[in-house]
Amino acid sequence: MARQVVAFVNPAFVSPFLRGTSSLSAAGSFIVSRHIYDGTTPSSAARRCVHMSTTQAPQKKANQGRSKKSRGGSGKREKKSSTSPGLLRALQTYEPIIGMEMHVQLATKTKAYCNCSTKPVRTPNTNICPVCMGHPGALPVVNSKVVELAAKAGMALGCTIAQYSRFDRKNYYYVDTPKNYQITQDMNPIAQKGSLQLASSGKKVGITRLHMEEDSAKMQHEGAGAAGRLTDSTHSLVDFNRSGIPLIEIVSEPDISNGSEAAEYGQELQRILRYVGTSDCNMQDGSLRCDVNISIRPRGTTNFGTKVELKNLNSFASVQKSIDFEIERQANILDDGDAVQMETRTWDEKANETKTMRVKEGASDYRYFPEPDIPPLQIARETLEKWRKDMPELPSQKRERYQAEFSLSSYDAFLLSDDVTTAQYFEDSIEAGADPKQAANWIMGDITKVLKNEKIGLRLCKLTPKNLANMISLIDNGIISGKIAKDLIQELVLKGGVPSEIVDERDLKLISDPEVIREIVAKVIEENPKELSAYKDGKSRLFGFFVGKSLAASGGKGDPVTTNNVLKELLDD
Amino acid sequence: MSMPITCFVTSTNSISRFLSRPSLISRQKLRCCRSLRTTPRSSASRPINEIVQSIRSRETSASRLLDGALSRIEEIDPHVNAYLSVDVEDAQSQARRIDEQIARGKDPGPLAGIPISIKDNISTKGQPTTAASRILDGFTPAYNATAVQRLIDSGAVILGKTNLDEFGMGGSTEYSAFTETRNPWDLSRVPGGSSGGSAAAVATGMCMAALGTDTGGSIRQPASFCGITGFKPSYGRISRHGLLAYASSLDTIGPLCRSAEDAALLMQVMAGADGMDSTASKSPVPTFSAYLEGDLSGLRFGVVEESLASEVDTEVSNAVQNATDVLKSLGADVQTVSLPFLSHVTAAYYVIAYSEASANLARYDGVRYGTRAVDAQNSSDMYAQSRAAGFGGEVKRRLMAGTYALSSGYYDAYYLKAQRVRAALTNDIKKAFAAGFDALITPVAATPAFKLGEKLHDPVLMMLGDTFTIPANLSGLPAVSLPCGKTESNLPIGFQVIGEYMKDEVVLKIGHAYQQATLYHEMVPRAVEASVALSV
Ligand SMILES: [Zn+2]
Repeated sequence: MARQVVAFVNPAFVSPFLRGTSSLSAAGSFIVSRHIYDGTTPSSAARRCVHMSTTQAPQKKANQGRSKKSRGGSGKREKKSSTSPGLLRALQTYEPIIGMEMHVQLATKTKAYCNCSTKPVRTPNTNICPVCMGHPGALPVVNSKVVELAAKAGMALGCTIAQYSRFDRKNYYYVDTPKNYQITQDMNPIAQKGSLQLASSGKKVGITRLHMEEDSAKMQHEGAGAAGRLTDSTHSLVDFNRSGIPLIEIVSEPDISNGSEAAEYGQELQRILRYVGTSDCNMQDGSLRCDVNISIRPRGTTNFGTKVELKNLNSFASVQKSIDFEIERQANILDDGDAVQMETRTWDEKANETKTMRVKEGASDYRYFPEPDIPPLQIARETLEKWRKDMPELPSQKRERYQAEFSLSSYDAFLLSDDVTTAQYFEDSIEAGADPKQAANWIMGDITKVLKNEKIGLRLCKLTPKNLANMISLIDNGIISGKIAKDLIQELVLKGGVPSEIVDERDLKLISDPEVIREIVAKVIEENPKELSAYKDGKSRLFGFFVGKSLAASGGKGDPVTTNNVLKELLDD
Repeated sequence: MSMPITCFVTSTNSISRFLSRPSLISRQKLRCCRSLRTTPRSSASRPINEIVQSIRSRETSASRLLDGALSRIEEIDPHVNAYLSVDVEDAQSQARRIDEQIARGKDPGPLAGIPISIKDNISTKGQPTTAASRILDGFTPAYNATAVQRLIDSGAVILGKTNLDEFGMGGSTEYSAFTETRNPWDLSRVPGGSSGGSAAAVATGMCMAALGTDTGGSIRQPASFCGITGFKPSYGRISRHGLLAYASSLDTIGPLCRSAEDAALLMQVMAGADGMDSTASKSPVPTFSAYLEGDLSGLRFGVVEESLASEVDTEVSNAVQNATDVLKSLGADVQTVSLPFLSHVTAAYYVIAYSEASANLARYDGVRYGTRAVDAQNSSDMYAQSRAAGFGGEVKRRLMAGTYALSSGYYDAYYLKAQRVRAALTNDIKKAFAAGFDALITPVAATPAFKLGEKLHDPVLMMLGDTFTIPANLSGLPAVSLPCGKTESNLPIGFQVIGEYMKDEVVLKIGHAYQQATLYHEMVPRAVEASVALSV
């Protein structure tokens, strides 16, 4: 069963004479026998948070741009949609150039370059070892699952997957980076040149590249003054549990034109990555992080404007709002004849505005060079083919198929394919014989409503797709009414059970015998003489009243068609 | 035989060094092991294999062997300063464990009871590992390097940690932050470097073998300066896991021993794939001993023309010439070969090594371990102050040069160009092997051991000493340094045999055949003995 997954060539030598492509033959992994770190902490101090003195505070510069905000209506902003008058005006004059950089934590059990668990833990510095703490002499060994998930994500985004790729060191000193360099990919990323289509407009946003890298440690700045500002903190705590957790960074082309496109891009990307099992892509927990590069230029010109980076956007709503705010802010600066400052800004949710985080003083020089500790990565063609075969149907493909195959509206198709669980549920119920449209309606309507009320996910729904199909067939075959089904749905969703059995046990079958119905209807008419005479006097709308009463009198079991017919017959004779 | 204790009291340097460092040798401990002293020299020239046999047959014991080594240390190290730390207690308990195993009829392994020292840039669990740098003063690793672990698993007794040029950066061991190791053949001279402590310790019988590391010659050059055998394996033959990286694509761990035969034994134990190092080769480990037998008939050696040029000391080139004559007499076909790129290798080597070092040593920042500046006001000051205080001048020089070489705008001119020279050199060597050569022959260094301080303030001169050793690192080849003579002033001379990639066993076979025919590897330094006698 030994199966070649990934092979390495030695990075030290360009010449194949010394070492050709050496392949590994470990089952499912190119890590043949990783030592497991014996659990001893690297140093006694490491168990606790690592203390350090004052962090380097980001420089605070005058909040350029915002200082002019009092001008012309863009002062305090109310929650705004993407089409505020200010934004519209800005968009008329200027063309925004927007690119996105997404960082996604991969859903692996162990870290990128060591065997530490990626499981979230409360106690700081527990999931650590010499490798992810940057201890002397420790070496990174690439987790094969990282390569697989990154390659599959690349495939899902239509990228070309590099059969040969390489890791590089990105050098910078920061306390959250234990080696003071990050192992990432610079020149030869694992995936390049893909695209992502926005469902609303059909616009394709180019994906420049996708590469593998490692997460940093988490910092907690302490001792801040009343303002709670980073600048005032006296010391920082560092938790290395996150250090070395695998990430992919996905860089888009600057094809995005406004906030809502950016949000849609992000949501679709999230959907795709969840589909292929890359990550749970949770923005709140930081397993999906979103940075935006944005500049504007007068329409009709070709030179790029000064780029501003937006960081710390923890929801797609903030992505949208911060971009739209930024377009307007930059437009105002340019309108005034001033220059936009190259800087990193952050979204202040409360103030509804972007704020300066740090001003870039010249470009950073990361002194990238090939990571000598990790041989270049060669992925066998067969491995790539296997991974491609594993690729599930993607959201866009599902949306198209649902419309074509099941004649669903694009809206329904979109909702049903929003997440894998829903789509799978939908498809399973069709597989079990349910009518697609009815299944869609039940899933998006009553089932969702019950689940929402109970605040649980579809995964916990006790109504199996097979039983949903069973219930729909009961309705279709006139065995129960839609009303009965609606009455049963809460119980089915929360407790389960086979609808046909429940209907039998509780005698919920529709009454379609015209004689039985005639009895019920006659009694209803008899009991409502006022309505009867009004009806007779021409108030024909009261027909509905009698239908309702009759159905209710049958305990919801009266066949509506028969009831209608009988009523007509009795009332109009 | 029964030297008084006074040498410890009078030579304060070494003792105070031990005492000032945590968990290290204490005077009492030294006294108590003194009383058990055995004849020190007796075992020094015997092959490790034979000694292991006598331990297995209970002719002698691991504890007695260790005591012998400890008393040599006690006697000699105050003059030589080979060790940065010796954990007597730990070593004694290791030795006792070995003896107990043997008493119970268990075989502790092919290195049963052999006291081995480890260069202090190789991680030893529970024993300090400083890379001879202040920035790691007091640092004790949480794990053993794979090479060390494999020695332990084979029954070796880890004795102590030996001195080096800080982080392996130097060729004389003078760049150690803690002490200056002396050449046991002439105490006014350097032992070579950066594995100078290991070389001096083996040369004086303070241990039976030692691990060194070789990035540009750091095993081979001190071996030649101290008159012992130093083997630099193929890149990737021994895991680097636990080697405090200097230049990752060049660094190798290797043995310093009395003989090629001993080196083969240590290689057998240490070589092979390692899940903790993805640059460690997965190719199968040969049975080294099987290659040791037989003469050299049918083998073709190329003496590198450029390495016998005018700047090489005539005593050195004569000794190398004599060595090639011996090889011929053993049946080898010896010719000359040209490596035109040799003149460029030093520059290329330093660009690559410094560049990698600039990133490798970035982790020593005082945040998670090691020395941290106490009164820094912010994190960048903390880095600057910790590193300024923690690193020595030579390390700083190299890190700055490497940082510069990788900077944007200079990367192509330096790093990339150096990699091209590396590829060209590798191609040169490849051609030589393709033309039918089985090994290349050069001197190890252009001169014998130089005077302490002679090159200390001329780093460029120090660097040029590495010209003949660097190619094996740039091309990842196995190479051995073999003693082949002495100068008139009684300094050892070594020659180098460079083999084909992953043919480490062939290199050791050549070394063994040569040593079967000569006695140079059994030379022992007299100078240190004289000093010991004087101080008595
Ligand atoms: Zn770890």
